[in-house]
Amino acid sequence: MWDIIQNHYQLLLLGTFPQGPLGGLALTLVLSILGLCISFPLSILLALGRLSKFPPVYYLATTIVYVVRGTPLLMLIFWSYFLLPLLIGNTVNPFVTLLCSLVIYEAAYLSEVVRAGIVALPPGQAEAARALGFGRAKTMIYIVLPQAIYNMLPSIVSQFASLIKETSLGYVISVHELTSAANRLNSELLTKPFEVFAILALTYFLVCSTVTFIAHVLERRIAKRRQGQSITPSRVHRDQIYESQ
Amino acid sequence: MIRFTKVNKWYGPDHALIDIDVVIPQGEVVVVCGPSGSGKSTFLRTINRLENIQEGRILVDGTDIYDPKLNVNRFRQKIGFVFQQFNLFPHLNVLDNICCAPIKVAGKSKAQARALGLQLLERVGLEHKAQAYPQQLSGGQQQRVAIARALAMEPPIMLFDEPTSALDPEMVGEVLQVMKQLAKGGMTMVCVTHEMGFAREVADRILFMDAGRIEEDSVPDVFFANPRHPRARAFVADLSGH
Repeated sequence: MWDIIQNHYQLLLLGTFPQGPLGGLALTLVLSILGLCISFPLSILLALGRLSKFPPVYYLATTIVYVVRGTPLLMLIFWSYFLLPLLIGNTVNPFVTLLCSLVIYEAAYLSEVVRAGIVALPPGQAEAARALGFGRAKTMIYIVLPQAIYNMLPSIVSQFASLIKETSLGYVISVHELTSAANRLNSELLTKPFEVFAILALTYFLVCSTVTFIAHVLERRIAKRRQGQSITPSRVHRDQIYESQ
Repeated sequence: MIRFTKVNKWYGPDHALIDIDVVIPQGEVVVVCGPSGSGKSTFLRTINRLENIQEGRILVDGTDIYDPKLNVNRFRQKIGFVFQQFNLFPHLNVLDNICCAPIKVAGKSKAQARALGLQLLERVGLEHKAQAYPQQLSGGQQQRVAIARALAMEPPIMLFDEPTSALDPEMVGEVLQVMKQLAKGGMTMVCVTHEMGFAREVADRILFMDAGRIEEDSVPDVFFANPRHPRARAFVADLSGH
C-alpha cells in the first residue's frame, strides 16, 4: 500500500495537474469549499423564505426545500447533467454540473440548519431590536442572523463534512475528483483494488474526521460561551467585590 | 403625552385590556401595578406597538400610533423600552450594544455614537465595563446597560416592564437608583413594577390594574393610605402584610 502512495500520490492529490486539469483531493476540496460558499448565502435566503409570513414566498421556499431534501443527490446530478444541456442548448462542463447540483442540495439542507438557528433564539432578541427602532430587515441582519449563524456553526461545519463525501458522486459524470482519481489508478494497476480503495477510504476518513473534530471543538467553545450567559453565584460575588473596591 | 381612548385588546377569547382610558402627561412618572395576569405588561407593550390593539386609539404626542401611514420604526425611536429579561445582544460588547441603534437606525457616526455611549455608561456607573460582554456582567449591571441602550436613542418617553423582577434582591437597588435619576431629570416614565418603595418615592401616579381594567388611578399617598377599589385595598393590605 505504501508503495502505491509513494508512486501515485500526485494523481490522488492533484490529478494530472499541472500537465492536465486539476483533480484528485485538491478538486474534491475545491468543489466542497465552493459548494459551501455558494450554497450558504442561498440557504439563508431559503431559511428566510421558510419563515416568511408572505404565503407565496413561504410556499415557494418550502417546496424547494422539501423537493430537494426528498430527492437523492445522484438524481439531482443526473437531472443537471442531462437536462441542463437540453434546456440551454449547450454542453455543460461536468465540474459546473456537479457544483450546481451540490449547491442546490446543500442550500436545501443548510437552510433548515439556519432556520433552526433563527427559531431557537429567544424572541426577546428581535423584540429588543424592534423596540429600538430596527426594521425587520435590519433586525435580521444585525441582531438575529449573526447570533443564529454563530450558534449553528458546528452544524454548518458538520454539513461541510457531508459535502466533502458527496463530491465523490462526481465520479458518475466524470469529474476527476478524488474517487475518480482512485478509480483511474485502480484501472492502471489492475491487481490492487483493495489497497487503492483502502487508501481512498482512509483519505476521506482523515479529511472528514478533521472537519468533524473542528465542529466538535467549536461546539464545546460555543457551549462554554453560552454557559457564561447564566450568571453563576461566584461571578456575581466576584463582581460585587470588584465594585466595592 | 400618551393618551389611551377606549382601548380594548383580546388574545383569542381572552379580553386582555378592557376599555382603557388614561392620559399620561409629559414628564410624569407612572407606576402600573396589580396582580399577575392583570394586563400590566400588555398595557405597557401597546404603547410602542410591541402588541397591537383591536379597538380604541392610542395617541403619543398627538400622533395616532395605529395610523397606517405611521412609520413604526421611526416612532419607536422616541420610546425607550426596558425588558424584564434585559435582552442585551450577547454577540456585541456593552458599548456596541448601546451604540448599535444610534449607528444603524439613527445614522449617527461611529465617533458620535461612541462618545454618547461612554457618556451613558458613565451615567449608569458602568464606564469600566464598556468592552465587556453581557454574559460577563451581573444581572443588575446588565439591566443598567439595557437602560443605557434605550437612552441612547434619546427618547422623551421610557417604558419599564418589570425591570427588577429578574434580579437578585441585592441588585434591585442599583437599577432603581438609575431609574430615580431619570425620573428626577424630567423623563416621562411608565413603569410596571412590584417595587412599591420606588412607587411611593418616585411615582406621580399609580395605576392599579386587575383583570384587564384600570381599577384605580391615584397619587401614591392616596393609593397606599386609602385605596378606593376593594381589589386595590386587598393588594395594598397584602403588601403591608409582607
